[in-house]
Amino acid sequence: MKILVCISKTPDTTAKIAFTDNNTKFAEAGVQWIINPYDEWYALVRAIELKEKDPSVVIHLITVGTADVEPIIRKALALGGDEAFRVNASSHDSFFISSQIAEIAKQGNYDLIFTGKETIDYNSSSVGGMVAELLDLPYISLATKFELNGATATVTREIEGGEEVVEASLPLVVSCQKGMAEQRIPNMKGIMGARTKPLKVSDPVNAEAPTSIISFETPPPKAGVKLIPADNPAELIRLLREEAKVI
Amino acid sequence: MPVLIFLDQSDNTIKKTTPEVITYGAKLAAQLGITAEGILLGTVSSDIAALGKYGVTKIHHVNDEKLNHPDGQVYTQIIAQAVDAIGAKVIVFSNNLHGKAIAPRLAAKLKAGLVSGAVALPDMSNGFVVKKTVFSGKAFANISVNTGIKIISVNPNAFQAEASGGAAEVVPFNATINAAKTKVVSVNKIKGEIPLSEAERVVSAGRGLKGPENWKMIEELASVLHAATACSRAVADAGWRPHHEHVGQTGLAIAPNLYMAIAISGAIQHLAGVNRSKVIVVINKDPEAPFFKAADYGIVGDAFEVVPKLIEAAKAL
Repeated sequence: MKILVCISKTPDTTAKIAFTDNNTKFAEAGVQWIINPYDEWYALVRAIELKEKDPSVVIHLITVGTADVEPIIRKALALGGDEAFRVNASSHDSFFISSQIAEIAKQGNYDLIFTGKETIDYNSSSVGGMVAELLDLPYISLATKFELNGATATVTREIEGGEEVVEASLPLVVSCQKGMAEQRIPNMKGIMGARTKPLKVSDPVNAEAPTSIISFETPPPKAGVKLIPADNPAELIRLLREEAKVI
Repeated sequence: MPVLIFLDQSDNTIKKTTPEVITYGAKLAAQLGITAEGILLGTVSSDIAALGKYGVTKIHHVNDEKLNHPDGQVYTQIIAQAVDAIGAKVIVFSNNLHGKAIAPRLAAKLKAGLVSGAVALPDMSNGFVVKKTVFSGKAFANISVNTGIKIISVNPNAFQAEASGGAAEVVPFNATINAAKTKVVSVNKIKGEIPLSEAERVVSAGRGLKGPENWKMIEELASVLHAATACSRAVADAGWRPHHEHVGQTGLAIAPNLYMAIAISGAIQHLAGVNRSKVIVVINKDPEAPFFKAADYGIVGDAFEVVPKLIEAAKAL
């Protein structure tokens, strides 16, 4: 049983979002980088839980990025990955990234591919579906629970206004969100062990990048809060109806 | 070479986001000087032709109940057949849960550039550039789509539905339908509640309410405002409210017309999930609560005193 977990590097959730170079580049100065929370807390930790239940499970990690993503990969290895791949390229296009992941996945014959539900920086929620299509595999998006019974996966996923339970045979691509697993902190043994785990670097395969980022914008600042006295909440209701027209 | 709009349904009912994406697709078609057509998969109990009023002139319908439950792979194959048959140039989805399951697959299949989470019509003054939310709503990116076929998934509630035109022509579309590799075993919809992702108004509360037993007044306020209920991460993690009510960076990101935050301080991670709301109301007894900086209206006061009065005032409307 082999699981491939897709890992992405994102700014910390509290990072200041600003841009440089005439609003064409994210301002990286002083930014703390983390493993995309959905990739780490849900995708990777659920894979680790499956390995704890069945020690024959092998967990591989993949990330598409330049050498500066390696601390993030080492952290993921410290949490519990067995081996990692880094495709040496820098891209924000989901199709380009998915093409690289699909190429590594083809060589590895994985039973399961886990991604986070989206990255917290580009929020495209696209890589899981694209990888699945490139490999012609079923894709279950936005999973909140994942159970395995032999070669059949039972997955709970979010739908509008509730949830549904879906069954599929492996191999399978799943995007993971809250509910799949609980956040963990790597222990010292894991951190020491991660230093010597294999991290294979490869060059990207030729793939198109159908989109490119032209520029960024930050939303206009709010005009400021209109405060209503605490003893007159009826005034708030009136403003919401007559001024804001939202009720 | 029309714009093709994916008309989303579930439970035999056209979804609330569908009129929004039709309006978007129709305006885009007008920009390009081409027609807007729709594709609908599965059986629907309402009058499909009536969707024409939002600007779609022709609807290709695969009227097969095997498709009532979307399977991303099967849907992708059918939509790709339709794109091919009618020569669609731009395909428009809602960036809702179905859109997220299907649009990326279709993009990979067609090698089409995808912008997911679009908030505006494309700027075609220099290429084809679409604005989308990035950094969990803290910024926007302008994305250039450089392929012949383009796919746009539009954020729910980012684009207002506008009715003007008449009825659409509904034509059957004969597709090859493959067997789904996934099987839905059970569906559990929470009855009687407004789904949070589709709600126009949301009343949300945080740890300041002290315990789950105090949510009665939140539910009552939500009910009189026809709003859905939500909560902060701390509340969901404490088990006071179900996880599906958690809004924020790691929970659900929403963009209702009204977001009312009661006894929530407004941590940056919470704001990331709600900052696209059109109007934000904050009720907090701490005047220094960071949420007030992101609010349009605010009351500095104790929720236990303010909320009952709000319920009374809203009931009097």
